[in-house]
Amino acid sequence: MATAEKSVSLPIGSAQRRSSAIAAPLGIAGKVLKRTIAILALAATWEVVPRAGLVETAFLPPLSEVLQAWWGLLTSGELWTHTEASLIRSLAGFGIAIAAAIPLGLLIGWYKGLSELLTPVLELFRNTAALALLPVFTLILGIGETSKITLIVYACSWPILLNTISGVKNVDPLLIKSAKSMGLSPLKLFIKVILPAAVPTIFTGVRLAGAGSILVLIAAEMVGAKAGLGYLINYAQFNFQAPEMYAGIISISLIGLLFNQGLVTLEKRFTAWKQTQSQ
Amino acid sequence: MTTKISFQHVNKTFKVKGNAGRSEATEFTALRDINFDVKTGEFMVIVGPSGCGKSTLLDLLGGLTKPTSGSILIDGKPIKGPALDRGIVFQQYALFPWKTARGNIEFGLEAKGIRGKERAERAREFLSLVGLDGFADRYPHELSGGMKQRVAIARSLAYDPDILLMDEPFAALDAQTRETLQSELLKIWEKTKKTIVFITHGIDEAVYLGQRVAVMTSRPGRIKEIIDIPLSARNGEEDLRSDPEFGRLRHEIWSLLRDEVQRAQAYEIQDKAGHAQNASNKNKSGVL
Ligand SMILES: Nc1ncnc2c1ncn2[C@@H]1O[C@H](COP(=O)(O)OP(=O)(O)OP(=O)(O)O)[C@@H](O)[C@H]1O
Ligand SMILES: [Mg+2]
Repeated sequence: MATAEKSVSLPIGSAQRRSSAIAAPLGIAGKVLKRTIAILALAATWEVVPRAGLVETAFLPPLSEVLQAWWGLLTSGELWTHTEASLIRSLAGFGIAIAAAIPLGLLIGWYKGLSELLTPVLELFRNTAALALLPVFTLILGIGETSKITLIVYACSWPILLNTISGVKNVDPLLIKSAKSMGLSPLKLFIKVILPAAVPTIFTGVRLAGAGSILVLIAAEMVGAKAGLGYLINYAQFNFQAPEMYAGIISISLIGLLFNQGLVTLEKRFTAWKQTQSQ
Repeated sequence: MTTKISFQHVNKTFKVKGNAGRSEATEFTALRDINFDVKTGEFMVIVGPSGCGKSTLLDLLGGLTKPTSGSILIDGKPIKGPALDRGIVFQQYALFPWKTARGNIEFGLEAKGIRGKERAERAREFLSLVGLDGFADRYPHELSGGMKQRVAIARSLAYDPDILLMDEPFAALDAQTRETLQSELLKIWEKTKKTIVFITHGIDEAVYLGQRVAVMTSRPGRIKEIIDIPLSARNGEEDLRSDPEFGRLRHEIWSLLRDEVQRAQAYEIQDKAGHAQNASNKNKSGVL
């Protein structure tokens, strides 16, 4: 139990300890407590409930066992193999989606005719759940990497595409007017005004896509993959290795958390001019 | 003095959707037969009730829209579109929120093709002209309304247009800030000798700033009368506003406007539904 609490709270605790040295220690200490208390409580519950025999340990092993399994996977290098496979897929899919959906969204948002033409199709597709198309992708592209990455590209593209379109379309007309009054050519207007004004909206789409990429990835990996965290989870479950299964799940949560945190930081950087009330 | 701007039988109509959900488009005349000249270096003020077409008139002058008929000449040549010989200061500032005060001013300079050191130098010069030396690196959301409007004015002045077009630039400001900016604007005008067309619905503001004040009618918008403001002592602000002559001119414009405002209000009550629709059309067509 002691080991469990330590390893769960370590990353968070150390980060906040550093900042508490800079700012008023008392208030920060309270904040740290507030933020970690729920996680600590969750960890404790997870440890105690199976040990007390309230649930079957075969279904939910105590946290300490899960962490031991996690450590085992880490030291054997197995965890990294799976993580690597998953990261490559999701980053490739995410990257391709960004590279394709942003330019496409800019075009559709900018050319009215194009958007009128494509809107019905876009509406149809955006309401088709990505996972529903997994069998289709598998059918056409096989069960290899291509179909998995394609699925991720598909899932990531929609939030980016739709946000880019609305970002471009909803630029404050007054700003456009103001730029036009300075004699800007349409191309310059696009580069100097439309694009920067749309950046925050585009970034929201990118962040949504980031979360989506991991979600879809795991599902794709559960169907016919030979590596990846989704595969690990599924495989462990199949072989009654509950601790390994939970270790896989925790790894995914952490990756998702880091990924999102990274994107949020990036977003803040790019849209610093938008931070109004909060600070 | 030579003629800088000349409106010749300018009409502007908008196509609007019919009232009460009827789909047939109707024509709405925003401006009818506008005729007047503005002389080089003149400070011309236009007043009129809300919705009479003041902003429409300024958009035409800025080259952002085209007249339905008639022509607008600048230096004897018809307007071809927006250009840097005219600078517009909008009522809602229209600063680029992702650019700092300096960045906003440099935006117009860049459009003019001024580069590098000269651009930075000019930006600094005009920031200090509007009294914002220390605020170069602030983003618009970090500036007060009055400061934003100063940046907007500096942005337009920096690329050195012959004509400054201002659409109710001080309307959203508190009285104190407004008065300060009014007298600053007069100083800048005296210094730079620009031709200014200034739109307002404030009578005091009109009399205080303008050499001539054009009063507009509502529905359709026309020039009802142009009044000379022969006030000599423009520098002493206190003197000017308490001048009995100031009061007389103020009253004259007030009476001219009163009928128009009443008429405009009557219209507004009469077709509230239609007006709402106009407003939404206006937004839509404003996008691009
Ligand atoms: N694009 C448009 N389509 C249809 N009607 C329009 C459009 N632009 C303006 N109008 C109409 O033309 C009239 C004049 O509008 P304008 O914005 O020029 O008024 P204004 O004098 O500037 O009013 P305010 O003092 O309230 O700013 C209004 O009745 C408005 O509804
Ligand atoms: Mg207006």
